[in-house]
Amino acid sequence: MTANSHTQTATPEQIETHDLTVRCRGVEKSFGEGQTKVKVLRGTDFDVRAGEMSFLVGPSGCGKTTLISIVGGILSSDAGDVEVLGKNLGRMRNRKLADYRLSNFGFIFQQFNLLPALSAAENASIPLVARGESTRKAEHAAIELLEKLGLEGHNHKTPSQLSGGQQQRVAIARALVHEPKLLICDEPTASLDAASGRTVMELLRDIALDSHRSVIVVTHDNRIFDFADRIAHMADGVISKVENTCNETGDETDKE
Amino acid sequence: MITTALRMLLGDRTKLIGLIFGVAFSTLLICQQVSIFFGLLDRASSVVDDVREANVWVMDPSVKTIDAPFPLRDTELGRVRGVQGVDWAVPFFKAQVQVRTRGGNLENAVILGVDDASLVGVPDAFVLGSIEDLAQPDAIAINPAGFRLLFPGQELDLGRKLELNDRRAKIVAIVDASPAFAANLTIFTRYSLATQYTNNGRNQLSFIIAKSTDGLDAKEVAQNIADQTGLKAITSDQFRIESIMYILANTGIPVSFGTVVVLGAIIGVAIVGLTFNQFIMENLKQYAALKAIGIRNSRLLCMTIAQATFVGVIGYGLGLGAAAAFFSNTSRNVDALRGFYLLPEVAVGVAIAAAVIVFVSTLLSMRRVLVVDPATVFRG
Repeated sequence: MTANSHTQTATPEQIETHDLTVRCRGVEKSFGEGQTKVKVLRGTDFDVRAGEMSFLVGPSGCGKTTLISIVGGILSSDAGDVEVLGKNLGRMRNRKLADYRLSNFGFIFQQFNLLPALSAAENASIPLVARGESTRKAEHAAIELLEKLGLEGHNHKTPSQLSGGQQQRVAIARALVHEPKLLICDEPTASLDAASGRTVMELLRDIALDSHRSVIVVTHDNRIFDFADRIAHMADGVISKVENTCNETGDETDKE
Repeated sequence: MITTALRMLLGDRTKLIGLIFGVAFSTLLICQQVSIFFGLLDRASSVVDDVREANVWVMDPSVKTIDAPFPLRDTELGRVRGVQGVDWAVPFFKAQVQVRTRGGNLENAVILGVDDASLVGVPDAFVLGSIEDLAQPDAIAINPAGFRLLFPGQELDLGRKLELNDRRAKIVAIVDASPAFAANLTIFTRYSLATQYTNNGRNQLSFIIAKSTDGLDAKEVAQNIADQTGLKAITSDQFRIESIMYILANTGIPVSFGTVVVLGAIIGVAIVGLTFNQFIMENLKQYAALKAIGIRNSRLLCMTIAQATFVGVIGYGLGLGAAAAFFSNTSRNVDALRGFYLLPEVAVGVAIAAAVIVFVSTLLSMRRVLVVDPATVFRG
């Protein structure tokens, strides 16, 4: 599908708290010590509403990756509150956080990070297997999802036997197989050509997005901005602007 | 996740083969060296083991091993026989002698002279001939490995003539004696003949072997003999251990074999460590991704332990199989390696060594997995 949108700006305060999947307030994060200390996030506020596809965009080094790492429970913040699905991640211990990620989050990475020796079905079934499902059941669920993603007949192929677009679809299957409530995508189209990139985004909108699941996409690729419900622009460690777009088929895209 | 871990390993055939080779090589080398070492120690006491009828050995107090006897006076035999608790006592001669065949082949041999009347001390394992044949003039019995050494490529047979210190000897029996430490050729003959063959002077009584009266403790009888004669008298078991300890304390054998074993372990650690580390490094990004997805460190640790265990078990199995095949073949076909076996105790010990090698080798790699930052997956 091709998503069309028009845009309007919004502030975090305008969003009802109970609608939020992600609610970040005053998040700060620094790396290094002493004179080499670099403040990457400077009191960042960032919200993601339930059932929406939010894009996080901005120049390299502005703190996008750090912010989604914190939202994804992979990094901890130095200050501020990070609430995801109603839980304050800062108060969770590492083991609990890992379990929380496994149950509620799905991740799609720029480099796919599929296990090279495993088949597409085995790769896609990993989160279910990790949650204790039997290998057979997990692979069955993974195969169903791979078929939805257009990978019929590719279940037994290893990543090296698949194209970049197909590998990213396997990664999408891996991110969705356990039905997470939040999907975090880091540059999902960066390693793909334009056509494959749009196909991947269409699949994300069609299959990943629903009223119970939110999707965060970090990207530089302005060719896919029309898939976003909201676009948060980041600069120098803070969200500088949020565009609310209304993706409705048939409307003309209106960009700033 | 164990299956996933094993699939990861099986998918990288080159490294899998390298890892298995490392463990198998170490296992084979350690098994082989340790087994030969124990085999050699066993040879150090083989003469004592073969004299099954006696349970007490009497010797000069200075003697420390079966291979270095100091002659006793012939009169000592009567004194030992007179000790209470001694059922019987007979002379036992042991020396080294040079043997020449009619074809000019010259070999060093261990010659054992047993009591002329009773012939006690000859193993009851005759391949050809019988113990009674040793009563014939110039009669000797030799072991099969010795026969093949003297007459290479020829079938075992009787009646061949040898020269022992310029005296004639005739092979009347082939007896399957345990391999000796000092030489591959062992000769059994009567005591009176043995002393003539070596011609070492007046006192030639190497040992007196005795049997304690039934119902009496051999240790007590040995102590009685020592107390009453001033000679050294110990049980067969004690003499076996003393002979082995002498080898351990006075030869370079333990150091030599120990060095090879340590080198084998180091090579194993190096091969397995480097290969496993490379495997982990190549998959580190994937491990980071698994961490990011929400798989706990303990789970990842189990995965790497499963991979290490798989490599260890397969490598150990192959190495052990190769060692067993080596000894199965050589113990039958190579006389110099007869009596060297892969002992179950060695197999168990090497299994522990292999486990340590795999554990030490993979420790560094496991640490890498545990400390890898899952956020690296977002860094392109």
